[in-house]
Amino acid sequence: MTSLPEALPGSGLPKAPTGVQGLDEITGGGLPNGRSTLVTGGTGTGKTLLGVQFLVAGAREYGEPGVLVTFEESAEKVAANVASLGFDLEGLQRDGLLVVHSFQADPMEVQEIGEFDFGPLSLLLDDAIKRIGARRVVIDSIELLFAAFREQAIVRAELGRLFRWLEDRAVTAIVTGERGENDALTRHGIEEYVSDCVIVLDHRSHDDVSTRRLRVVKYRGSAHETNDFPFLISSSGFTVLPITSVVMEYSASGERISTGVPRLDHMLSGGLFRGSMVLVSGGAGTGKSTLGGHLIDAACARGERALLVLYEESAGEVIRNTGAVGLDLGRWAEEGLLRIWAVRPSAFGLETHLTILARLLAEHEPAIAVLDGIASLARHSAHAEAASMVARQVHMLKLRGITAMATTLGHEDEASVLGVSSLVDTWLVLRNVESNGERNRLLFVFKARGTAHSNQVREFVITGHGVELVDVYVGPGGVMAGSARLAEEDRERTEQLQRKQEVRRRRQLLKGRIAQKRAQLDILRDELAVDEDELDLLASDEDRLASEAQAGRRAMAAQRWADPDSRDSGTQR
Amino acid sequence: MTPSPAAGASSGSEAQPAASAGETWELRLYVIGRSPKCVRAITNLQRVCEDYLPGRYHIEVIDLLENPRLAADDQIMAVPTLIKKLPPPIRKIVGDLSDHERLLVGIDLRPGDHATG
Repeated sequence: MTSLPEALPGSGLPKAPTGVQGLDEITGGGLPNGRSTLVTGGTGTGKTLLGVQFLVAGAREYGEPGVLVTFEESAEKVAANVASLGFDLEGLQRDGLLVVHSFQADPMEVQEIGEFDFGPLSLLLDDAIKRIGARRVVIDSIELLFAAFREQAIVRAELGRLFRWLEDRAVTAIVTGERGENDALTRHGIEEYVSDCVIVLDHRSHDDVSTRRLRVVKYRGSAHETNDFPFLISSSGFTVLPITSVVMEYSASGERISTGVPRLDHMLSGGLFRGSMVLVSGGAGTGKSTLGGHLIDAACARGERALLVLYEESAGEVIRNTGAVGLDLGRWAEEGLLRIWAVRPSAFGLETHLTILARLLAEHEPAIAVLDGIASLARHSAHAEAASMVARQVHMLKLRGITAMATTLGHEDEASVLGVSSLVDTWLVLRNVESNGERNRLLFVFKARGTAHSNQVREFVITGHGVELVDVYVGPGGVMAGSARLAEEDRERTEQLQRKQEVRRRRQLLKGRIAQKRAQLDILRDELAVDEDELDLLASDEDRLASEAQAGRRAMAAQRWADPDSRDSGTQR
Repeated sequence: MTPSPAAGASSGSEAQPAASAGETWELRLYVIGRSPKCVRAITNLQRVCEDYLPGRYHIEVIDLLENPRLAADDQIMAVPTLIKKLPPPIRKIVGDLSDHERLLVGIDLRPGDHATG
């Protein structure tokens, strides 16, 4: 972190960022600058680590060198303890950014006779302020100072004086203490002197689930979150995880990556946004894990690193099952691109699950993560705890810009109970539909943030070469899938064939009839011609007969010497 | 009674057990400047030594103002702090040494229970 986190509204107080992820968010920027903060909690709650991280961040990132005064362990031991978290205290000391003073306080070896003061401590702090420009101080812990001396009244008065001295020099300090009996903040009431900011760390078990929590019980003059926040101590140090992120600071990527199922990519306008979170919910055996396998296979094929966390199955089972549908995850695991972590939810508390995930992310640095069967976590722990845990997982993945897929058993309602639905960017729902004595899988996009997505239901078919999405048949009886779809398609084909044959038959029939009619037409035409000829013949016969008759009459008249007929007078003349 | 250079007025015989002849008390007193507590401690220590160890003690006063980091090196959390380096065992006493009886016990000039200081 190189820039100061944005302050919560209404907090004008200057803040010293702690460099602890999450803590700066809930305190609106960090601890009160130039003042002392009391960090209190039981043994092993992480007080020292919080202080050391505050110093390291100050030295490395905020240009504020610091001093660690420890009464707990030797300087070497403190350095060795935090080295595993990547904090190089010796390097910081060499670079003049840190001074570590450790005191072994054994009350058995020291006698007290009369009054004393803690002048040497302020003298050492003053020396560091002058020498390396120290701006931050951690005193760990005051309980051991009390234990080192018998005159508690003197210790209390001297500590009060030390805190005033620190304030006068405007250094930002963390003073650690242990919680006292009856819920007292500290055993010796030292909170009276450190009144600006008090942070309580807690490590408690609930239903056998151990969770570390942090609470800001007091922050004078500043708005702050008052809830209990879970925190983690992982290989990257101390991390406070706001249950819902107070300040959204994930960088949104416009890059699309393939789910490994081309038609699903198409439904999502080109795939998943890089760094987004996709939830796949569905009943048992709907193919959720297979979908996860595709995402991983596609990522590894692109040369990206992937992490698969299994809460329900073993690595072997998953490699075998995805192998049956043509995905070779075992190959990616061998090549080192894929890291598979299988763990029974009941094996650890939620806190440990979370820590393991954090460690896996830090070690493997995946671009893609698939958490298979997250609902199983809820079965072994209190529901609210599980929901918060899942939210923290999502937060952790998003902070790292990892594209993640979580699969969970159950339908819309059940999954949203886990509180994940509002945190995920894309939600795919797989559903079994049962009809005609078979089960078929349907997939639809329930939600896709910032993406134009298909509203269509697709049939989800698992084949020997992976998942295929098929258009479903939407008929009068609703969505049809599987055999019903096939039968419907078959019926349609038959009908079409029948229609074609019918047409052909009618065409033939008509053709025949036309031919027949044509033939009849020819005969008629012939008969017509014959009749016409005959008619012509008859007409010519008639003419011949008429002229023959006239000639006969003339011949007869000539024979009889008859008077010229009046009728024939013209012709006669 | 063996002859002793100790010139204690009232505690002559009682001072003897630990203070065997020939031994010199090497004492180091850490102070910061001339604060009243530190001045009192110096005065108290000198008086007791003069009374019980005349000529057989050596007091080294270290002012941490001159070298603050000596406090860390020598594990001095509070001042005044008196360290009895010799004779063994090494003893560490914090405070202005205002109680002379307890100081005598503290630097092994008189038997006592060191554990409870």
